[in-house]
Amino acid sequence: MERETGAREGLKGWLNPGKIGKFGIERLAWLLMRLTGLGLLAYFIGHIYETSHILDGKAVWDKSLEMTQTTEGHLFLALVIGMCVFHTGNGIRLMIAQMGYGIGKTERPDYPYKPQSINMKGKACIYATLGMAALAMWYGMAVMFA
Amino acid sequence: MATIHPKLSEELSQTVVSSTKSVKLKIKRSNPNVNSEQKFDDFVVPIEKWTTVLDALLDVKSHLDHSVGVRYSCRQASCGSCGMKINGKPALACFTKISELNSDSITVEPMDNYPVVRDLAVNMDRMISNHKKVMPYVIREDSEIDAESGIREFLQSPENVDKYIQFSSCIKCGLCNSACPTMAMDKTFVGPQALAQAYRYIADSRDKGKNKRLKVIDESHGIWRCHFAGSCSQVCPKGVDPAMGIQLLRGYLLGIRD
Ligand code: SF4
Ligand code: FES
Repeated sequence: MERETGAREGLKGWLNPGKIGKFGIERLAWLLMRLTGLGLLAYFIGHIYETSHILDGKAVWDKSLEMTQTTEGHLFLALVIGMCVFHTGNGIRLMIAQMGYGIGKTERPDYPYKPQSINMKGKACIYATLGMAALAMWYGMAVMFA
Repeated sequence: MATIHPKLSEELSQTVVSSTKSVKLKIKRSNPNVNSEQKFDDFVVPIEKWTTVLDALLDVKSHLDHSVGVRYSCRQASCGSCGMKINGKPALACFTKISELNSDSITVEPMDNYPVVRDLAVNMDRMISNHKKVMPYVIREDSEIDAESGIREFLQSPENVDKYIQFSSCIKCGLCNSACPTMAMDKTFVGPQALAQAYRYIADSRDKGKNKRLKVIDESHGIWRCHFAGSCSQVCPKGVDPAMGIQLLRGYLLGIRD
């Protein structure tokens, strides 16, 4: 029996930037969707922990709020805003595609084969979502650092 | 006995094939049955405008190192044997012309996400067993050849055929499974090749096996693990577009399609 050399790429298959170059913006959107999902989950757990301090009285609550009133705290919150916007926008795009819309229609393939599911509509949505996330982060920072 | 037209044979014997260009072929070598060593061997091979990566590999085998392990058969993108990673992207060696790669150095490696047998040949057992799992054949109780009922064939309109025909072009080369980022992490994911084939048969108006197939793919390592990275469709050499098939397949499970 051969050993399972190369049986799975593992994290390299996810994070290798070369893959994004080779497979395009859809692969980047896929990776960001995963990373922002994990980031938001971590934030959610941290958020529950932080807000649970309200049970320990006003002084503890105020102290825990102070954590986000620093430059690092603001940058972190800006990142959370970006993750939120990207995950939501891209999630909507994916839901629409997964319902079978915007992925082209089945037909007899002709050479040179161009996959219909990878199209300009999808790419435009990804760029728009990235733009919206950047804009929301910029606005958030403008408010927090004002 | 077939005879060659004298004019043609004359022409053939006089055709001078001269290579003015060459390319460096970097071949990833390994033999997991012997040891875990992996290395790249470099070979310089002459090329013409029409030389494919497979031609170059066979040139290496004929003239430089016959021990290079490579699987191939049809040499015309029909059998699905020669899938490998060419300059970092899964492709068929027989369907990739070196002149189109625009590079003086070509790196060939075995496909990702498959166990290596030796050098460029990988073990495709898992893909084939997932393919079989989705029952890749028309399922129905009655038969086309039924004298009593008088059925002779199951008629389909061109529109019926258009629904699945692109998915029936699959040659089981496995490039899609190699490009898929979910396959990279999840060893039990059913994979884009099998999912596209599940759609191919479910969308076939002659088939009655929809529920059986949906049961196979509607599980924790089934269709829901696909998050539409689209890499499978980008590498498919036959225009199958597995990513489209997978999204359409979800429609049956979500109740959008019946
Ligand atoms: S769907 Fe395309 S890439 Fe995947 S096995 Fe079939 S022919 Fe190959
Ligand atoms: S040798 Fe058959 S597909 Fe390449």
